Amino acid sequence: MSRFAMVIDTRRCVGCYDCVVACKTENGVPEGYSRDWITEEVHGAFPTLQMEIRSERCNHCDNPPCVSCCPTGASHVHEPGGVVLVTHDKCIGCKACLAACPYNARFIHPDGYADKCTFCIHRVERGLDPACVSVCPTHCMHFGDLDDPQSEVSQLLNSRPHHALLPEAGTKPCIFYLT
Amino acid sequence: MNPLTELTLSRHNPLVDPTLHVWQWQIPIYLFLGGLVAGLMIIAGVRLIAIRPTQREALVCCTIGPLAGLVFLSLGMFVLFLDLSHKLYVWRLYTTFQITSPMSWGSWILLLVYPALAANALAHLPEAIPALAKRFPVLIAWSDFILSRTRLVVAIGIANVLVGIGLGIYTGILLGTLGARPLWNSALLGPLFLFSGLSTAAALLHGILVLTSSGEELPAFADFLLSSLTRLAQARPLDQKVAPVLAGADNSFLTIELGLLSLFLIGHLTSTAVHQQAATLLLSGPYAAVFWIFVISLGIVLPLILQTLELQNSIRHTLAPALLVIFGGIALRFILVYAGQQSHWFHALN
Repeated sequence: MSRFAMVIDTRRCVGCYDCVVACKTENGVPEGYSRDWITEEVHGAFPTLQMEIRSERCNHCDNPPCVSCCPTGASHVHEPGGVVLVTHDKCIGCKACLAACPYNARFIHPDGYADKCTFCIHRVERGLDPACVSVCPTHCMHFGDLDDPQSEVSQLLNSRPHHALLPEAGTKPCIFYLT
Repeated sequence: MNPLTELTLSRHNPLVDPTLHVWQWQIPIYLFLGGLVAGLMIIAGVRLIAIRPTQREALVCCTIGPLAGLVFLSLGMFVLFLDLSHKLYVWRLYTTFQITSPMSWGSWILLLVYPALAANALAHLPEAIPALAKRFPVLIAWSDFILSRTRLVVAIGIANVLVGIGLGIYTGILLGTLGARPLWNSALLGPLFLFSGLSTAAALLHGILVLTSSGEELPAFADFLLSSLTRLAQARPLDQKVAPVLAGADNSFLTIELGLLSLFLIGHLTSTAVHQQAATLLLSGPYAAVFWIFVISLGIVLPLILQTLELQNSIRHTLAPALLVIFGGIALRFILVYAGQQSHWFHALN
């Protein structure tokens, strides 16, 4: 089995939005909507402030609440890789998955179905990286198989301190941020 | 100076940002109607089992209630349909059963509600609405068929109670299982919505009895409307003895609802920071005024007082408590759906 994951180096990310533009271009994301986005988190008390810039998207969780709440099975886990996907012609647009996602990573496509990041599975299955990873000018984004101890993502997570988003929500996210 | 965390997102997805608002008026109305139908089913089921089949009297609980339930359920499903953004694919609900999805459970439970309600209504329909029975004699045959079999009557009653409990709890569990919204993180939402549904159903039936009771002075237009309807249906006088029973039952349901609401809030206030912040949305935040005035004071406490006075014969039975309870039930769903969407795990960072 394989478990796809993304590792993003926040010490290299400059928030240039190249990943956002690449995603919109590759996946034809409608104007006014985003499958991925940039978050700037400032933490601390003045003047001792720290800023982390993150490229965020669906976390393709190991325990995805958006899948378990879907009444039609449209939201599902695609194997191999454990990627969370939506089958458009099964989705009724009930929006339960939007309410179930603690990351607010989903949206309703203008055509009516729930939409989100797919880890560019159509590229990954051809041996390519997701569009956002492939265009990153600072090479801060890495994609690979967590189940392979020799993969770049496994080795980065073994060698660098990192965190995931909202681990307390219990969803077991598969996007990690190196700090 | 306290450390703070400030998040700036470049995302502006419609219905999601700046705070989630994917569910608007359709969902609270659907949840209210679902709860109301659940309450009507349970009351109808209990009443059907409690009375002897030979006691053929026009029954507000066993005929009017279930018939109204069929209408409310259809209305609720239509409202739910309006909420869907991919409407042409709604049939997909019935091509699968997803065991972990409360919405999937609900969609199948809704299919069981129709035959259970219809069977309950049919048992005493010829008595309650003779004009309809005269026009469709088959209704009399069906009614006789049901009433001549005690076990069938009991089975229909039990089916109504069980499906009603399932439907009422489902409307709360639907929200309660969405762990991403801390305000909804409580299994108590299931029983809370069930008892709220029971109280609104008892209030509705009580209201119908008050409206149709003899000697009640009604505004001219209401009097004209009511007399026209009863003449049209050739309906017999409704069972007035049930009115105090319904008022008493409604008081019990309202008291339990108040207790469950208190436990729900205590559970949040003694939980994590995000849950505490979610509870303050209702208790002292932007929804506090609506919560304390419309849900608690006007929706639960005032009707409790009025109905207690009615039961003590200090005041006469009026429509006021019924209207207040129904309005309070609607307000409860609206406030929980809207405030719940505003509650979020990211608030833990503040």
